[in-house]
Amino acid sequence: MAEIVSLAEAIARAVHDGDEVAMEGFTHLIPFAAGHEVIRQQRRDLTLVRMTPDLIYDQLIGAGCASRLIFSWGGNPGVGSLHRFRDAVENNWPGPLQLEEHSHAGMANRYAAGASGMPFAILRGYSGTGLEGLPGLDGQPAVRPITCPFTGERLTAVAALNPDVAIIHAQRADRAGNVQLWGITGVQKEAVLSAQRSVVTVEEIVDELAPQPGAIVLPTWVVDYVAAAPGGSHPSYALGFTVRDNDYYQAWDEISRDRDRFSRWLAGEVLAGAGRTAGAGAAATGRGA
Amino acid sequence: MTATGREEVPASAADTFTADEIMTACAARALADGMTCFVGIGLPSAAANLARATHAPNLVLIYESGTIGAKPGRLPLSIGDGILAETADAVVSVPEIFNYWLQPGRIGIGFLGAAQIDRFGNINTTVIGASYADPKVRLPGAGGAPEIAASCREVIVVVRQSRRSFVDRVDFVTSVGFGDGPGYRERRGLTGAGPQKVITDLGILEPDPASCELTLTGIYPGVTVPDVRARTGWELAVSDSVEELAPPTAVELAALRQLQANSTSR
Repeated sequence: MAEIVSLAEAIARAVHDGDEVAMEGFTHLIPFAAGHEVIRQQRRDLTLVRMTPDLIYDQLIGAGCASRLIFSWGGNPGVGSLHRFRDAVENNWPGPLQLEEHSHAGMANRYAAGASGMPFAILRGYSGTGLEGLPGLDGQPAVRPITCPFTGERLTAVAALNPDVAIIHAQRADRAGNVQLWGITGVQKEAVLSAQRSVVTVEEIVDELAPQPGAIVLPTWVVDYVAAAPGGSHPSYALGFTVRDNDYYQAWDEISRDRDRFSRWLAGEVLAGAGRTAGAGAAATGRGA
Repeated sequence: MTATGREEVPASAADTFTADEIMTACAARALADGMTCFVGIGLPSAAANLARATHAPNLVLIYESGTIGAKPGRLPLSIGDGILAETADAVVSVPEIFNYWLQPGRIGIGFLGAAQIDRFGNINTTVIGASYADPKVRLPGAGGAPEIAASCREVIVVVRQSRRSFVDRVDFVTSVGFGDGPGYRERRGLTGAGPQKVITDLGILEPDPASCELTLTGIYPGVTVPDVRARTGWELAVSDSVEELAPPTAVELAALRQLQANSTSR
């Protein structure tokens, strides 16, 4: 059964130095408030897992929380580069970042395998690309060929992801800790079901979950911690509650380009922000909408 | 006319347009009404939405965020903007969009961009430089592109042309075009036909049916074959009959500018 706790307590109990951590949310429902709490609690040596690192991992990487990254697309959507990610890969700042890189289809199938309790997943993918030959974090090939036992067709196998902890943001939970999310739901369900532990931040905690078209529900018994964090996906968004702050994504290009400017942003907007949910005010007023 | 895009398009039409606008219009014309189209963000998304706003109202737009049949009235900044989910016929999970919809060959056209592309239409969006481990430039990476390039029935690439982007060999093969030439896709089990058009800010290249090599088949008004050669990093094959492509019509320009105006003023 999920415990309803503060965000600070959820992160303190679920995320430890050296953990493999998946914060998911495919453009929508990205758990920024939780990511900022991980930065404030100064977690170190994390293996970050995420299909699209996005601004949230640019911030965690720049803040020195990560040693390794497993991902499939590391850009600022519609804007350009993730400068903290690039600075870490190209110049080892603030420290070296070991990469394991996949395609979206590969990552999605890795989560699905993890959620299914299978050691690997099979897809038609990677064939002929440079990704086929890249090593995983353990130095061994991250994707491997496999022959279909029925047809003899050569296919691609990718290893299951089973992170230590998955963190997602959702629209609602009830007081028992059942979680409801809708709109673009990405790989959040698979991420939670593949992980050893899970944290869900929500826009609101309600008495009863009203039905929503296209919603998925994660029953309380597959979730460990639920924390209220209204506006907690800003500058991403929570359909029905907030809108995506596209201006913030554009502004991040400038903020993140320079180490000093980024460090000032980190000190002013995250490290000084304990006890509040980052960006909630801006999101609630629809800034940049 | 005044061209205000990144590369100048010489004057030849009464109306004025940018290099990006004629490129977007040409890409939109490649999409027939009723097709299904897997759309990347940026120029591909602008072209697909322009097609839907003009000659192809029944074009089915599919974004990798799982939004199928999205009908945005403005250009989204990301593949997961709320307007895509709110206007879609169906919203599915990311494992589902790749496994059930893309992988079996259900989607007609895949629309991709590129940082580098080579003579066989192979695409690099991963790293610039000889060493993967120590790259000169770290690019975003693969995203959905490798499987879009493999499994859509056809692929259209939209990319601005220069000697930096049109290289003899890509530094890293993120998404396969025709590999090292004829027969490669079949040998590697890639089910789609691969890139059938590469649309640039100078014109259109198409693969030669025998050699699979990208061949210049169309140029914009005022562009010459030597102009295109000067911005290609290999000995460019040129069709015997290079077509002059029509500039964007007033209707196309108005529709494209309206989409862009809606995007910035919402």
